[in-house]
Amino acid sequence: MTRPDDAVILVTGGSRGIGAACARALAGDGWAVALTYRTSPEGAAQTVRDIEDAGGRATAIELDVTDAGGIAGAVEAVGTTLGGPVLGLVNNAGVRADDLAVSIEDDAWDIVLDTNLTAAFRLTRQALRGMVRARFGRVVNVASVVGPRANAGQANYAAAKSGLIGFTRTAATEVARRGVTINAVAPGFIRTDMTADILQNGAIDAIPARRAGEPDEVAACVRFLASDDAGYVTGTTLFVDGGLSA
Amino acid sequence: MSSTTVTAERVEQVVYQALESFGADPAEFSREATFEQLDVDSLDLAELSQIAEEEFGVPLKGDDVKGIRTVGDAIDLIVSRA
Repeated sequence: MTRPDDAVILVTGGSRGIGAACARALAGDGWAVALTYRTSPEGAAQTVRDIEDAGGRATAIELDVTDAGGIAGAVEAVGTTLGGPVLGLVNNAGVRADDLAVSIEDDAWDIVLDTNLTAAFRLTRQALRGMVRARFGRVVNVASVVGPRANAGQANYAAAKSGLIGFTRTAATEVARRGVTINAVAPGFIRTDMTADILQNGAIDAIPARRAGEPDEVAACVRFLASDDAGYVTGTTLFVDGGLSA
Repeated sequence: MSSTTVTAERVEQVVYQALESFGADPAEFSREATFEQLDVDSLDLAELSQIAEEEFGVPLKGDDVKGIRTVGDAIDLIVSRA
């Protein structure tokens, strides 16, 4: 089964960084793109304009992905707005709240797990309903090299991202025969607002490629995993990290 | 949807259509046929629950369908909830 022409893909955290790059790349590949934002309506509007200027279709919707009650409505709303079934999902929205495990407060643990892991599960659960019925779907979870690889000071983030990879693998096997694929990408250090502080602390020296990655380099992998070409790829994690985890 | 518009015959029709879309062989369809015999698995039952909800407004949770074994069980469950 190939992607229907009117298929919609939902990209969470699409107002900037990796999410915005994914939204642009997926629109360039023919998806109608719905991107969610929480704190940056300006960034979301700019991403939508970029896509429309390039001849694509996009809409932005405000959504706190940790708001369990808002998820079902959001998935339905973007399908209605863009006039097609939501057959793609990129779980990209993420937060960090770094500290040593010995010092992580419960709040900092909860918000990182809720945003990076639980929200991805809830959105996937909701989106899978339509995908399974349509016999086509693409879910791409934006995990991290942190999780599979240790990074002191990010035990909560590592737990969430490792969990996301485990979720990806198992959920993928459950729906594979319905033409639905679920994969993850695991970015290393990518040049975004979220990593500016890390990159200033000499992290580059540890990367075999000796440079930070660009959001577009992650987006290219997401675009592939969401494409018809990747129809036989499921349950896997594609590392986009300049060799950091090699 | 009100219960007056949901008939057992209509439920049976929707259930058989769903089973056929899952790849089950219509020649083996009967109320007594088990899902195991029809090679209908847990994902199929999850989808059947979704179809029942959309068609008849009957929300079926995972625990509801865990107890059903035959096609007749499924039809009776949906009819009883509609």
